[in-house]
Amino acid sequence: MTVASAPLGVADLRPNPSKRRRDRLARLGFLSAAIASIVVTVLIIGSLVFEAAEFLRQVELSTLTDVGWFPRNGRFDISTLVVGTLIVAGIAMLVAVPLGLASAIYLAEYASPRARRVIKPVLEMLAGVPSVVLGFFAISFITPEILERVKSDVQFFNLASAGLAVGILTLPLIASISEDAMRAVPAALREGAYGLGSRKIIVSLRIVFPAAISGIVAAIIIGLSRAIGETMVVAIAAGATGGSLFTLDIFGQGQTMTAAMAALGAGTDQVKGDDAASQSLFFIGMLLFLITFALNFVGDFFVRRIRERY
Amino acid sequence: MATTAAPSVTVRTPELARRRGADAPGAIFRVVLFGGLTFSLLLLAVLIWQMWSEGGSVITDRFGSFVTSGMATEPAEAGVWQGIKGTVLLGLIVAFVAFPLGICAAIYLEEYSRAGRFARVVDINIRNLAGVPSIVYGLLGLAVFVKALGDDGGGGLTGGRTLISAGLTLSLLVLPIVIITAQEALRAVPSGIREGALALGATRWEMIRYHVVPAAAPGMLTGTVLSLARAAGEAAPLLVVGATTGVFFTGNQGLLEQITDGRFTALPMVIFSFARQPASQGWPALVGAASLVLLALIFLMNAIAIYFRNRYEKKW
Repeated sequence: MTVASAPLGVADLRPNPSKRRRDRLARLGFLSAAIASIVVTVLIIGSLVFEAAEFLRQVELSTLTDVGWFPRNGRFDISTLVVGTLIVAGIAMLVAVPLGLASAIYLAEYASPRARRVIKPVLEMLAGVPSVVLGFFAISFITPEILERVKSDVQFFNLASAGLAVGILTLPLIASISEDAMRAVPAALREGAYGLGSRKIIVSLRIVFPAAISGIVAAIIIGLSRAIGETMVVAIAAGATGGSLFTLDIFGQGQTMTAAMAALGAGTDQVKGDDAASQSLFFIGMLLFLITFALNFVGDFFVRRIRERY
Repeated sequence: MATTAAPSVTVRTPELARRRGADAPGAIFRVVLFGGLTFSLLLLAVLIWQMWSEGGSVITDRFGSFVTSGMATEPAEAGVWQGIKGTVLLGLIVAFVAFPLGICAAIYLEEYSRAGRFARVVDINIRNLAGVPSIVYGLLGLAVFVKALGDDGGGGLTGGRTLISAGLTLSLLVLPIVIITAQEALRAVPSGIREGALALGATRWEMIRYHVVPAAAPGMLTGTVLSLARAAGEAAPLLVVGATTGVFFTGNQGLLEQITDGRFTALPMVIFSFARQPASQGWPALVGAASLVLLALIFLMNAIAIYFRNRYEKKW
C-alpha cells in the first residue's frame, strides 16, 4: 500500500507560525492592559499610605484632636471634618433616598414603557450635571430662594445648602440602581400576587420592594459613598475654606473631608513641598478612600446577591 | 359531601372595589410616587432656568467675546476660551490613553480569561475603582504624575503641574467606566460569531480583530463618549493636580508648549474660578453663562452617546 501523503496531523491544522506569533503577542498586549487596572489600585493605595505615614511622622498625634481644623496653623482635628462630612451626607440622603426611591418605584412598576423611554434619559442628564454647576446652584438658588425663607439668618455659605445640592447629585444614582433591582424581580412574583387578589400598591410595597431590597440597600450605600466623596459642591457652597471649628450648625459654615482637601489644593500657596499642611491632604485622602472603599465593597456585595438570586 | 358552612369569602370584583372607593391608599401612593418623580425631573429644569436667569444676558449680549477671551480681572472682559481649550486638550489625552487601555483590558477580561480567578479579581477591583471619589484620583495624580514623574514642577517626564499630568489623572479616573461599558458591549456579541470565526480557522486574534470588535464597536463608542462627558465635568482632581484658578496668560505658545507648560485650566475650573470671585460685580452672570456652555457640551456628548446606542443597537 502506497501512502500518497502523510496522514493529516494536528500540525497541519495549525495556523502558520507568524500568525501564531501575532496571536500570542495580542494576548500579551491585552493582558498587560488588564494588569494596568490593578496597577492603578496599587498606585492609589501606595501613594496614600506612603504620604499619610509621612504626615503622621511629622505632626504630633495630639494635634489630630486639637481645636478645629486649621491646617496652616498646625491644628488637624479630624473629628471636625468627619462630622461635617456626616452632616452633609446625611442631609443629602434625606433628599436623595425618598425622591430616588419614589422615582425608581414609579419607573419600575407604574410607568408605561414609552414614558420610561423618555424619563430615563432625562434622569441620566441630571446625573451628568457637573458638580461645579450644582455648587453654584447651591449658593445662587438653594440658599437665597429656599433656605432664607425657612430661616432668615442663614449664612451665605452653609452646610445645609451644600447637603441639599449633593442630594440632587446622588438622586439619579439611587433611582437608577434601585430601579434596575426592582425590574430584575421576576414577573411571576407579581403575577402570583395579582392572582391572589393583591392591588398594585400591595404588589409594589409588599412583593417587589422586599424582593429587591438588597439592590435598594446597595443603591443607598453606593449613593452615600458618592455623597461622602463629593467635592466641588461642598468646596463652593459650604464656605470655611480657611479652616473650621467643630460645628453642628447646619445653617453655618463648615467643612467636610473633601472640601478641606480642595481648599488645600486650591490655596494660593498651592500644595507644595513636604510641610505638614500639604501632607495632611494625603492623610484625609486615605481616610476618605478607606470609608468609600468599605461602603462600595458592602454595596457591591448586595448587588451581587440580588443578581445571583434571580 | 354536604356543604357545611360555606367559607365566607367576599369576592371583590373590580366594579365592587371601585364603587366602594376601596383603593384610596393605592391612588394616593401613585400620586406620591408620581410627585417624587416629577419633582426630581423638575430639579433639572429649575437648575437650567437658574443658570439662564443668572448668565443668559452674557450669552445673548456677548457670546462671541465670551467664548473667545480668556480669564480677566474685569468681569466684562473675562471669558472661557482658556477653559474650552484646556477641556478639549484634556479630552484628547483621555481619548489617547484611557480608550485603548480600557478597551484592551475589557477584551482580555471577556475574550481570554472570562471565568478565571484573575478575571474575577480584576473585575472586583474595577468595580471598586469606579466608586473611588474623584479627588482621591487627584491625590494619585499629585503623588505619581506631579511629584514622582514630574520632579514636582521641574521637568521630568510629565513636567510637573501640566496638562499631561492632569490628562493622565483624568484617564485613570475614567478607565473603570471605559472598561465596564466595553465589557458590556463585548458580552452582547453572541458566541456564535466567535465560534464561526474559530471554526473557519481564524486565530483568536483574528476572531477578535475582524469579528468581535467590529460587532461590539457601537457599544464601546457609547461608553467612551459617556466617559469623555464625565471627564469634561470633573474639577476636583484638576484642583489637586494643580490647574490654575486665577488670571493667567498663555500668550502665543504653540500647541505643544501649552501641553508641557505649567499653566493650564479647564471649563469646570474656570467656573470654579468665577464662583470664587466677589458676588457683587457681575461674576455670578459669568458663572451662569460658563455653566450653560459646559452643560451644553456635556448634554451634547450624552445625546451623541444615546444616539449611537439607539442607532446601532443590534438585535442578534
